[in-house]
Amino acid sequence: MEFHLFTNYVEIAAVILFSVGFTTLLFHQNLMKKIIGFNIMDTAIFLFLAAKGYIAGRMAPILVEGANDPALYINPVPSALVLTGIVVSVSVTAFALALVLRLYERYGTLHLDEILYLTRGEHD
Amino acid sequence: MIFFEILLLVFLIVCAVAVALTRQLWQAIIIFMSYSLVMSVVWVFLQAPDLAVTEAAVGAGITSILFYLALKRINAMQEGKKGGKSK
Amino acid sequence: MQLSSVELKLLRRFRKIYTIIAFLVSLAMAAVLLLTVFNLPAFGKAGNPAENEVIGRYIGKGLEETGAVNIVAAVILDYRAFDTLGETLVLFSALVAVIMLLKDEPGVFTRRYRERSQFEPEKDQIFRSVAALLIPCLLVFSIYIIVNGHLSAGGGFAGGAILGATFILYNIAYGIEKARRFLNEKSFLRFITAALLFYCIAKGYSFFTGGNHLPSVIPLGLPGSIFSGGLILPLNITVGIVVACVVYGAFCLFNRGGL
Repeated sequence: MEFHLFTNYVEIAAVILFSVGFTTLLFHQNLMKKIIGFNIMDTAIFLFLAAKGYIAGRMAPILVEGANDPALYINPVPSALVLTGIVVSVSVTAFALALVLRLYERYGTLHLDEILYLTRGEHD
Repeated sequence: MIFFEILLLVFLIVCAVAVALTRQLWQAIIIFMSYSLVMSVVWVFLQAPDLAVTEAAVGAGITSILFYLALKRINAMQEGKKGGKSK
Repeated sequence: MQLSSVELKLLRRFRKIYTIIAFLVSLAMAAVLLLTVFNLPAFGKAGNPAENEVIGRYIGKGLEETGAVNIVAAVILDYRAFDTLGETLVLFSALVAVIMLLKDEPGVFTRRYRERSQFEPEKDQIFRSVAALLIPCLLVFSIYIIVNGHLSAGGGFAGGAILGATFILYNIAYGIEKARRFLNEKSFLRFITAALLFYCIAKGYSFFTGGNHLPSVIPLGLPGSIFSGGLILPLNITVGIVVACVVYGAFCLFNRGGL
C-alpha cells in the first residue's frame, strides 16, 4: 500500500475544510454560525468530489470541434453531481434560515442553549 | 501553477477557521462570501467551468444575500423589541 | 433568563463534558478522514478508479446522441434529466416551506418595524443610476448564460440565479410597487407552475413510449449552433425560470414577508 502524502493536496484541503466545518457545527451555540459551518461542510464535500474527477493535463468537458476522444477530457460525471449539490445546498440554507427566523421570533434569541431552556416543559 | 493552487487552498482553510473564530455575525457572513468566491476560482483550476459559474452566482451571491436578509430581519426584530420596551 | 444556582452548576458541568466529547469526536473524525485520504489513489493521475468506461461513453457518444457540445449539460439535462427534475422540485418545495414559515399579512412586517425602513436605499439617486446602467447588462448576460447552456459553461442554474439577482436589484433600486407590475404573486405562481409542468411533460412522455429516454421528436441540429441539442435548450430555459423565481421569491419573503 503506497502513501500519497503530498500528491493528494486538494483532497487534504477538502478533509481539513470538512473538519473545520464540523467543529464549527459542534462548538458554536449560535444557530446562524451553525448554518455557516454546515455550508462549509457542503463545499468541502463538493471540492472532494470535483477533485476525484480531475485528471491532470486534460480539458474541461466542453467538446472542441472534431475531437471527441475520451482521453482528452476530464470526467464529466462529478461535475454534474456537484452542480446538483450546489443548488440543493442553497435551498437547504434558505429553509434553515427561515426556521431560525421563526425560532428567533418566538424565543428572541439565537443561542441554542437558551432556546432549549425556554422550550423546557412546553411539550409535556 | 501548483504554488498558486496551494495558496488558494490555504486561503480557503484560513477563511473557514476565521468564520469559526469571529464573534460578529456579519463579519462571518462576509468571510463566507469571500470563501465562496475563492472556491469558484479553485473550480476553474479543477477544469470545471460550469461549477465555477454556478458557485459564483449561487454560492457567493444568493447564499450571502439570504444570510444578510436573515441577519437584517433579526436586527430589525431586536430593535423593535427594544423600542417596545422603552416606550 | 433566570437560572437558579443548581441549574447553573449543572449547565456548566454539561458544557464542560460536551466540549471535551465534541473535541474528541472532531479530532477522531479528522484523523480517520486524513488517513483515508493518504491511502487514496494519487490526485490527477490518469487511470484512477474513477476514470472508467462511463466517461468514455459520455464523451465519445454524447455529441451524436444529445447534440450538446457541453457534456455536463448533456449529462444533467438529457442523460439524467429526471435527477434535475427532482432538483427543481427540491428548489420549489424549499420555496413553499419558506412561504409557509415567513409569509405575513401584507404590511404587518413593515408596520411593526418601521424604524428600520430608513435603511432601505429606495430613494438613493446614486444607487438608482448605477442600477439603471447595470440591469440591462445583467439581463442580457443572464439570458446569454441560460440560452448558451448547451454550448458553453453555465446553464439554467447559474443563469437563473443571475436573472433572480437582477430582479432583486430592480426591487431594491425602484421599490416593490414597480417590481410588482411584472412579478406579483399571481404571475409568479403562474410562471413557476408553468415551467415545472412543462418540464414534467417534456420528460414524462417516456413513461408511455418506453425506451432509453434519449430520442425526441425535435431534430438535434448542427452541433455548436444555438438551436441544437433537442430538448436541452427549452429545459435550460425552464430551469432558469424556476431558479430565478425561487431566488426572487426567497428574497421578497426574507425581506418583507410577502411578494
